[in-house]
Amino acid sequence: MRNVWTVATNAFREAVRDRVLYNLVFFALLMIGASILVGQISIGIEETVIVSLGLTATSVIGLMIAIFIGVGLVSKEMDKRTLYALLAKPLQRWQFLVGKFIGLVMTLTVNTAVMAAGLYAALWVVKHPLERNDVYVLVAIYLILLKLAIIVALALFFSCLTTPFLAILFTFGIYVAGVFAQDLRTVQAVNLSDGTMRMMRGISYVLPNFENFNVMGAVAHGEAVAWPLVWQATVYALLYCALVLAATAAVFSRRNLK
Amino acid sequence: MPTYVIETENLSKEYPYGFLHLKKKTSLEGLNLQVEQREVFGFLGPNGAGKSTTIKLLMRLIFPSSGTARILGKSIEDVSMHQDVGYLPEQPYFYDYLTAAELLDYFARFHKLTATDRRARVEKMLKKVGLETAKKIQLRKYSKGMLQRVGMAQAILHDPAVVVLDEPMSGLDPLGRREVRDIILELKKEGRTVLFSTHILSDAETLCDRVGVIVGGKLRGVGTPLEIVGIKTQGNEILFEFAGEAKNLPLLSSATKAGELFRVQVAESELYAALDQLKAADARIISVAQIKPTLEEFFVNLVAADRAQASAVEVSGK
Amino acid sequence: MKSRAIAGVVLAVFLVGGSAAVWRLQKRIDEQRDAMSLERQEVLLWPGSVVKKLSLEYAPLAGAIYWTRAVQYYGESHRLQQGKFELLWPLLDVATTLDPHLIAAYRFGSTFLSAPFPAGVGRPDLAVKLLERGLKENPDFWRLYQDLGNVYYFDMKDYPKASEAFAEGSKNPHAHIWMKVMAAKIAAEGESLETSFFLWRDIYQTTVDKTVKDNAEKHLKIVKVQMDLRELNRLADEFEKQRKQRPARMGDLQQAGMMNGTPVDPEGFPYVFGLDGRAEVNSKSPLAKEKEFLKK
Repeated sequence: MRNVWTVATNAFREAVRDRVLYNLVFFALLMIGASILVGQISIGIEETVIVSLGLTATSVIGLMIAIFIGVGLVSKEMDKRTLYALLAKPLQRWQFLVGKFIGLVMTLTVNTAVMAAGLYAALWVVKHPLERNDVYVLVAIYLILLKLAIIVALALFFSCLTTPFLAILFTFGIYVAGVFAQDLRTVQAVNLSDGTMRMMRGISYVLPNFENFNVMGAVAHGEAVAWPLVWQATVYALLYCALVLAATAAVFSRRNLK
Repeated sequence: MPTYVIETENLSKEYPYGFLHLKKKTSLEGLNLQVEQREVFGFLGPNGAGKSTTIKLLMRLIFPSSGTARILGKSIEDVSMHQDVGYLPEQPYFYDYLTAAELLDYFARFHKLTATDRRARVEKMLKKVGLETAKKIQLRKYSKGMLQRVGMAQAILHDPAVVVLDEPMSGLDPLGRREVRDIILELKKEGRTVLFSTHILSDAETLCDRVGVIVGGKLRGVGTPLEIVGIKTQGNEILFEFAGEAKNLPLLSSATKAGELFRVQVAESELYAALDQLKAADARIISVAQIKPTLEEFFVNLVAADRAQASAVEVSGK
Repeated sequence: MKSRAIAGVVLAVFLVGGSAAVWRLQKRIDEQRDAMSLERQEVLLWPGSVVKKLSLEYAPLAGAIYWTRAVQYYGESHRLQQGKFELLWPLLDVATTLDPHLIAAYRFGSTFLSAPFPAGVGRPDLAVKLLERGLKENPDFWRLYQDLGNVYYFDMKDYPKASEAFAEGSKNPHAHIWMKVMAAKIAAEGESLETSFFLWRDIYQTTVDKTVKDNAEKHLKIVKVQMDLRELNRLADEFEKQRKQRPARMGDLQQAGMMNGTPVDPEGFPYVFGLDGRAEVNSKSPLAKEKEFLKK
């Protein structure tokens, strides 16, 4: 396990030195602008807008980092051949993969933590003092982080299968499909056969159900999030990531490097 | 201690290609190789012969289509084998956002070393390859020669018994090549086993205890450099200066002009007669040398023969 | 060397000139767009369900954006006096589909969808539809029942339904007590000035939306005028009983000792008696324009 941690800390260091975290500057400017303008533009829903905007930005920026950096984790090493010297070390390939995964998730954790702070600052500017229910904004951000972890795992998986461009496309495609997975389960269409409906329901379970992690509607209006939902989502994310990483390790373990 | 440090048994590698991956390209066929303890073994062959393929198979970067291999008695499937093996990839490239010191420290962490041990080794290696002053500079700013030296450092950092180098001299200037040569000799002195691949024949001749020649994915011969080419000398070559008249020196008819001088080849048995002739004609002898076929000629002949066979096969439609 | 300098000058001129051209062009485009009707300026006005699918997980933010556009659309239409607010319902429909908890949208919508033109769209049925959606998604927000009751009472004149709405809302433990009172009063009397005044005053005092507040203030003034006129006419009837003629001016009532001081309307203009002897709003008062709201 030391090997996994070694790879993880290096992956984190790489992200920092690649100036990935500079996206926070953009986020800060966005929040500042929003908290100044929101009073002028949207009467009566200042908090809703700040929270919705902050969570959306956290999610979208995090998504971009997870997909683009996630796909690059392995493909960059293969392209630049930095992988050669590394894999000749006493290091199992799965340790390499899990280490990269954890490294990027750590980067995303730091990123979303700072974003959470920025969001709370903007919220405070618009409405002070903060109320008890505002803690659920943190819960919403935590759930977004879980979602991003699943996306990192998927990006890693696809990048081991195909070219970086296609991997980005597929990962984004699964993300969109995952957002609608819940709808797929409840689809009721007149002209679909029983078999097709069952198949669609089956697919809806295989896809990552990203609606599990979406509480923006409730939190934007100051409502609470039920605790069972939070720990169930956590377990779901852990399990799903483990499954995807296992599949990735299986694929990568027998892959011939060029 | 097992008999051979590195041994392969019928190691083969095929690459499927073409539509639906139905066709196969064989890049290595039935390799049976044994590298003995403490020897410097040169893996020689033209580009695309299968040298890198073999090394990547040994390092588990690619997987064999058939056959097995062992290093230090352990199968190449065994990851722990890498504790005692150092590897320098061809045209190495490392994380350019790290400094040399950071890279060596990173790689060292995969070996069982204590923190103090690791620090000491990294320092020692940097000094050994002459990168001590550049150790805090990011690798993106390194020249090719410096990267090669970093690569060498990370290959021997953990005191491995076996060192595998893939084209360690490629792309280096003469000074760089000399440095690498010196390091290889030093490794030999330290009692390690070295396997390196190259297409530079003179390096193989001067450094290796034994040489394996691989062309077209097949091993063509293994032995000392001398054994490979056969020790038969083909006579001598005399370089001389002569300003007098041609009729005084019958030897001149079989000589070729080389600038202001003349060059003539004579069989070994006729050497002294030729020298007497030159002395009598007042010619000035510049040098007398043995003619030995070099590894280069052996090589070139082998490749040409191989190509002829390949085109014959194509023509016959097989 | 010289060509480099020339290239530099050309580049600088292009950058400056080009930027100026872009600026000028943008002003022209803005003028053009102002000439377009507001309706043609609105884009992305697809059905709510489509927008919801397109906005993936970010529906609440999209809802807030559509709601903001609805408010700005209303304001601009009002200012430019263009059109009949045709897009207000679609915008509110999409906004509340995206975020069913946008209470502000339901409340704003209920006022300006049902209010007759030129204040609103004049479609109280749409207001009812919107509020019913709002109540389905936010059953605990009793003020939506208040809004529903207002729509039935003021714009649809459906007093039984109005009373029902107030009664339903009063069941909420957080509802103000007057909801129950209103339910009963409307059931008994139908429309009355006191009821109207009370309802408008509650809106005026409790809303945070400036547009809604201004609207309520205007209606409050009108109802106050109606109440004042009613009182003045009552005094005039008394006067007529006593003097066998209608009073000609306010002074007559004062002389008869029926009134102290000169009654003025909420804008500060004194009431007058018309030629028919009935109290009227002073023609100089801005409230005189609201003739359609003033009943005789």
